[in-house]
Amino acid sequence: MSDTILRTADGKPLKAALMRASAVARRRAFMLVLPLLAFVLITFVVPIGQMLSRSVTNDAFSANMPSVVAWFAANPEGTEPDEAAYAALVVDLVNAANARTIGTVATRINYDVSGTRSLFTSTGRKAKNMEAPFKDAVLAADEEWGDKVVWAAMRNASAAVTTTFYQAATDRKLTDEGVYAKAPEDLRVYLTLFWRTFVLSGAVTLLCLILGFPVAHLLARLPMRISSLLMILVLLPFWTSLLVRTTSWMVLLQEQGILNNMLVYLGILEDNGRLALMYNQTGTIIAMTHILLPFMILPLYSVMKTIPITYTRAARSLGATSWTTFRRIYVPQTIPGIGAGGILVFILAVGYYITPALVGGATGTLISNQIAFHMQDSLNWSLAAALAAMLLAAVLALYWVYDRLVGIDNMKLG
Amino acid sequence: MADTKTTDAFVVFDRVQKSYDGETLVVKDLNLSMPKGEFLTMLGPSGSGKTTCLMMLAGFETATHGEILLDGRPINNIPPHKRGIGMVFQNYALFPHMSVAENLSFPLEVRGMDKTVREAKITRALDMVQMGQFANRRPAQLSGGQQQRIALARALVFEPELVLMDEPLGALDKQLREHMQFEITRLAHDLGITVVYVTHDQTEALTMSDRVAVFNDGRIQQLAPPASLYEAPQNSFVAQFIGENNTMEGIVTEISGDKCVVKLDDGELIDAKPVNVSKVGERTRVSIRPERVEMNKSRLQPGAHTLKATVREFIYMGDIFRTRLSVAGNDNFIIKTRNAPDAVRLEPGAEIEIGWLPQDCRALDA
Repeated sequence: MSDTILRTADGKPLKAALMRASAVARRRAFMLVLPLLAFVLITFVVPIGQMLSRSVTNDAFSANMPSVVAWFAANPEGTEPDEAAYAALVVDLVNAANARTIGTVATRINYDVSGTRSLFTSTGRKAKNMEAPFKDAVLAADEEWGDKVVWAAMRNASAAVTTTFYQAATDRKLTDEGVYAKAPEDLRVYLTLFWRTFVLSGAVTLLCLILGFPVAHLLARLPMRISSLLMILVLLPFWTSLLVRTTSWMVLLQEQGILNNMLVYLGILEDNGRLALMYNQTGTIIAMTHILLPFMILPLYSVMKTIPITYTRAARSLGATSWTTFRRIYVPQTIPGIGAGGILVFILAVGYYITPALVGGATGTLISNQIAFHMQDSLNWSLAAALAAMLLAAVLALYWVYDRLVGIDNMKLG
Repeated sequence: MADTKTTDAFVVFDRVQKSYDGETLVVKDLNLSMPKGEFLTMLGPSGSGKTTCLMMLAGFETATHGEILLDGRPINNIPPHKRGIGMVFQNYALFPHMSVAENLSFPLEVRGMDKTVREAKITRALDMVQMGQFANRRPAQLSGGQQQRIALARALVFEPELVLMDEPLGALDKQLREHMQFEITRLAHDLGITVVYVTHDQTEALTMSDRVAVFNDGRIQQLAPPASLYEAPQNSFVAQFIGENNTMEGIVTEISGDKCVVKLDDGELIDAKPVNVSKVGERTRVSIRPERVEMNKSRLQPGAHTLKATVREFIYMGDIFRTRLSVAGNDNFIIKTRNAPDAVRLEPGAEIEIGWLPQDCRALDA
């Protein structure tokens, strides 16, 4: 064939003609999704990008202490701070104190070496009266300026782009020698919390599956009239405020609560042996399972609805017991629903905040509570961002593993 | 229409009744007995109770009253998986997450058979339906006809003596359906299995079965071989349901042996064979097949009644002519004539005379 390009009747290439013909329709379709696209960009992509960048950048020190930054740049790591270094420090402290930015500088170093906040502020006040030799003057003001760790922290903070916050988020701290190392066991907060978050979320997911599977099956098999009534019961929690639901659990679970009172009344428990169902992991698991249950039931239901009863009947007529039929015929066909419900519940649980904060106590809080703490109380947004980014990465990794094992296209949400 | 209970009966329904809501009976007093090796079709409109009967036999529904016997054993309390009955479903019900071979292997695995035995049986079953090369496909990769063959092979692979089929060809196109009808009857005959086949397609019932049970309103209306079902329907429902049929209503005026005279509602007298009528003065609905109406007087018995008819419409259908007439007040009287060289093509408006042999015109219940 000499001409392999298909052409229209008047000789134009067919592909180009087709593009032109559908251009208007495509443009119109794009215009329709444009508002959503803009919305997603502004409210989702941009904040996440900001959060990610905040987790690796912090210029609180580098912007306000230019002379010290310059000294660090001129002298390689490991150089003992000399007279020039202390002179630069005094200049910067004086300027920072005048510009009232010394607080931010102090806070930034305090992230890495706790207890150094007052070191900066008090020396800052004295700095304007200092005279050469500055090293002796500064050390006379506060001996702590001679600590390696303070200078290591400052060198570290002199770069606006830093891994400090990820080091902190993985429980690595600056040692007295000025290098990062694993924190002592009793100070490892975040990895423990990450681990607890994933274990608890896994437990909640499993419980939701065990409790939700029979319900979804029932809903799928009952006549429409009854099943839609039951469906309302499943959806009822959705129509109630999350706070109301969580506080109701507090009423039920607390030590003087309904459940404990009932057990004591029935003589199952001694009055002084009341169960601690709240302010621990048990409370978190119970309340979260209840709240996330609909997210498991709905995808399961939608998948089960599409499985005709004839498969079960066929298996039974072929000689399978009801258990074999369930295990080998029914469950494999519900996998898309189990996968969708499992991923949904797990991801929601991993990021859950209000419920563990209210009923979790000390042992039942999750990583999201720690993130919230750094957002609202300690105001270390960079650390909060680093923790959140790690959580995001872990969830994406899980998603990838799921795709590898089951296949995302095998997931059915509704 | 109680069938007499025979000693060699393989499947027996004994006064079976079924109700879902405790208020209405879906199956009313069903009595049926089938010998081994028979191909029996349950035919009827939807809601007539035929599928319920099949489900009771398979064990997915329990009879509200009465007993079902399989090879002499009552099976009411035997769960479906212990009945050893093969079943083919309307939508095939092939397990979508298993390959063809795994589908066929399933009934053998749950029976605890060895791998080598299983493989031999699967190969044989697939060859039987000419699907040997499709063992590793998924059901979704097969056409409707191929899936139907696999479903058939799966129902037969564990060598059940009784196979139930619930409208198995309902989802296939006409040509494939006709081909599969032939295949299924051939297989059933070759393997000597007993088949209960449920359909609402009368052609399927007539071409495949040894006997057909026509269901309506929860009862068997007639249980007979296809030929007598078509030619000698026992009541007007069966006459209407099987094949095309002309009916006229009237009153019996004479009755003697196997001949009676019916006075139609517009005064015309016709000869008929009394089937469901017993005495003079009874109302009756007479039924005659379109192809048994005679326009040629020389073929009628001497003294037979003839009727005047007006041609309303002539439809050319290739192999036959279908002519719509007005006869005795019925504007929808159809006659069929073969497209023979000497066949007359009637013009609308033409006046003709028609008649029939009395034994072809059956006086049934009104």
